[in-house]
Amino acid sequence: MSESSGVVKGAIRRLVWLGVISAIFASIVGLGSIYGGTTPETKAAWTPKLGLDLQGGTQIILSPLLTTGQKLTQDNLSQAVNIIRQRVDGTGVSEAQINTQGNDKIVVSIPGIPDDNTLKLIRSSATLDFRPVILASAGTSAAVGGSASPSATPTQPATTPVATSSASPTDGSDLNWVSKELQAQYEALDCSKEFRAPGQIDDPKKAIVTCSSTRAEKYILGPVEVKGVDIDNAQATTKTTSTGATTNEWVINLNFKPVGTKAFAKVTERLFPLTDPRNRFAVTLDGYVITAPSTNAVITTGSAEISGSFTKESSRNLADQLKYGSLPISFEVQSQENISATLGTSQLSSGLLAGFIGLLLVIVYSVIQYRGLAIVTIGSLSVAALLTYLAIDILSWRQGYRLSLSGIAGLIVAIGITADSFIVYFERVRDELRDGRALPAAVEQGWRRAVRTIIVSDAVNLLAAVVLFLLTVGNVKGFAFTLGLTTLIDLIVVALFTHPMLQVLAQTRFFSSGHPWSGFDSKVLALTSFVSRRNFAVAEAVPGSKVASASKEASKRQTIAERKAADALSSVVGNNSDVSGDDK
Amino acid sequence: MSRFSDFGNALYSGSRSIDFVGRRKVWFGVAGIMVILAVLIPIARGGFNIGIEFVGGSEFLVSGGASKSTSLAVDAVNSVVADKFPVVTTIGADTVRVQTKQLEAQVSEDVRQALAKAYNIESSAVASSFIGANWGTDVTGKAINGLVVFIILAAVLMALYFRTLKMSMAAVVALLHDLILTAGIYGALGFEVTPAAVIGFLTILGYSLYDTVVVFDKIRENTFEVEFSKSATFVERVNLAINQTLVRSINTSVVAVLPVASILFIGAVVLGAGTLRDIALALFIGIIVGTYSTIFIAAPLYATFRSGDKKFKEAADKVLASR
Repeated sequence: MSESSGVVKGAIRRLVWLGVISAIFASIVGLGSIYGGTTPETKAAWTPKLGLDLQGGTQIILSPLLTTGQKLTQDNLSQAVNIIRQRVDGTGVSEAQINTQGNDKIVVSIPGIPDDNTLKLIRSSATLDFRPVILASAGTSAAVGGSASPSATPTQPATTPVATSSASPTDGSDLNWVSKELQAQYEALDCSKEFRAPGQIDDPKKAIVTCSSTRAEKYILGPVEVKGVDIDNAQATTKTTSTGATTNEWVINLNFKPVGTKAFAKVTERLFPLTDPRNRFAVTLDGYVITAPSTNAVITTGSAEISGSFTKESSRNLADQLKYGSLPISFEVQSQENISATLGTSQLSSGLLAGFIGLLLVIVYSVIQYRGLAIVTIGSLSVAALLTYLAIDILSWRQGYRLSLSGIAGLIVAIGITADSFIVYFERVRDELRDGRALPAAVEQGWRRAVRTIIVSDAVNLLAAVVLFLLTVGNVKGFAFTLGLTTLIDLIVVALFTHPMLQVLAQTRFFSSGHPWSGFDSKVLALTSFVSRRNFAVAEAVPGSKVASASKEASKRQTIAERKAADALSSVVGNNSDVSGDDK
Repeated sequence: MSRFSDFGNALYSGSRSIDFVGRRKVWFGVAGIMVILAVLIPIARGGFNIGIEFVGGSEFLVSGGASKSTSLAVDAVNSVVADKFPVVTTIGADTVRVQTKQLEAQVSEDVRQALAKAYNIESSAVASSFIGANWGTDVTGKAINGLVVFIILAAVLMALYFRTLKMSMAAVVALLHDLILTAGIYGALGFEVTPAAVIGFLTILGYSLYDTVVVFDKIRENTFEVEFSKSATFVERVNLAINQTLVRSINTSVVAVLPVASILFIGAVVLGAGTLRDIALALFIGIIVGTYSTIFIAAPLYATFRSGDKKFKEAADKVLASR
């Protein structure tokens, strides 16, 4: 009796562990929903976030803006798709689909309603250029020569007639770029008003008039000297002093590719000796100046540092713009539409209905096949469902995971695969009963055999899920993810719920007596009732711990002996189910 | 239940036995013919019925119309432009989907207007889009990569677990058979191949091997030290394992196929077309084929690979001689 109570204690310990895991999962979601902040993005919810196909979403169609003579190759387009994908992924949006449509369009599908930042990043897919500053002053015409923005200290009043000669300019900073028209344009420019057509393309070989993206400063810029595509990388970091100590000052480290290095060296060489504002270079994105630092040194190594009064956030933003701004072509948003949630809702409800029917069918089938054991199946599936739900909820909160229709399909398919583990286990226990073991011993032995099979077959499933997740795109990823997640949860449930439950139930009279409704019907499963009954008695006399401590190898060897015995028995007793007619 | 369990008992004890391994030539012959048909029939039919995501095309979604008649849409498209072969399906409760070959921007707009008129709704309720061929090909290319990597890794995993390369080989051959046959059925019946179908197809990988691994694990156990047995040969033990796990195979497959059938039913009846149906259809075919191939191909194939091994052959000769 003490052995069986030991088994029960172990079983209870495992169930407690399961309770602890579930409680941790639930409290993560609970705490996240209370203390996770106030906005929907930072707060955990009790329902997972849904994908574009289930809740509707935003679809943005981009079409390229080509300067005359420029041709769009498929390479350009796929490069652009990659860059936009990087940008979107960088914002933590999952299952954003970025496709090409037709020969020249890019479609960005974002689940839910994207925040402004994400939209801006997608829309600002423009050419990033480095142009030398020729003139700079405060952003409004009224403020000429007056109080400039603190970041800029224009020393040359904009009204100064700089160049009236018609001599052609010799380099990018040459004042001869400033023609009369350009100067008039510059003086009239009021940065607080719209002055550029959306998606306007500037000739890279000519000087332009423009404003900073904050509208604080206006400029006349020389022709493009370094292209954004020649930037290798840009990173926001805190500045390190010459002694190696880190400071709190945020800077951007900028690295150029070889072509960019050469061009940038040439520019800094020329700009460094000049006076403000002509020692500054402007980085333009979509025609607007995102930064216009002055040159402090000739930089020939290809790695520059941009410093200024940056915050952590602003430095990161600028670094991102520099890094991902290097699209080979600029795009304009052709349409941006919210996809109706109607279809999404109907897909979601159909998916849930399918899941419900599938679950019901599985339960009905297990009741037919396993009678009372179906309670364990139903319990295990419920626990698996609960854990899966919580896990998806947590991932949806922390990782931005969004449940898509294919993800739901993965979950439904997983019902069957999860239930399969129970079947493998139950059938094993039945095998042990057929070999004449008493139920508690059969449960232990059957578990030891089944767990190997379950682990290796789940490993195969998990492998499939991981490979698919790592190597595929879009919808396949969502599906692989749920499949892998449920496989892991299946392992937890079968070890911490199904097995301990069976251990506990095996102690009850209903199951251990082999009641016809228990799923372990002694009449049906015993190969001979006489032998099995004797074996029941014998097995009960053998201490459970002894059975439990049998080594793996021993158990394997035992198998053959048992099987021989079974072979012998079956050859003696052909049909057996009637023999135990009065067994109760 | 009793009958099925009796059946299970009889299979377990060996008092009833189906000779899966002995008749392997028949099964292999059947499998060979099926694989050849699976390759030939789709070719004869002129390839697969490829979805719009792979070939590109224009798509219109008409929602909220009073009628869901599909002929209205066909007529509307044909009234604007000929030879674009509109394919019309209903999605959800009140949406009609029209897919055509890729249309010019202006033509597309005309079709949109015509559709709106045909269904008597605002033209803004007709969403039009066209899809480049890029996405589907991208998905498939990566899926094929994933497939190859998975098969190699799974073969290594199984070889390590079962300590024999031959089980891996048998399992992989059965898996390839499953994939070819499923693809063949798709091609032969003209089901549309969409990215969702590709997902279902990939899931077959995991399931087919799962099923095989369960049976192989029993084979491993049954054939452990079989060379010292005086009563049974290697081949007999393999066959016993298949018989002993038959009830299990049937039960696991039924349980796996039930939810899939439910998705298939709901997907086809309620939604008409789309992700759910496509995933489920490929899986439905794949699970059934996978179960069949484990019993009739993977296990007998393993017996074929190993029965020639010296230790098994010598033991088998002794056992047979003593009978």
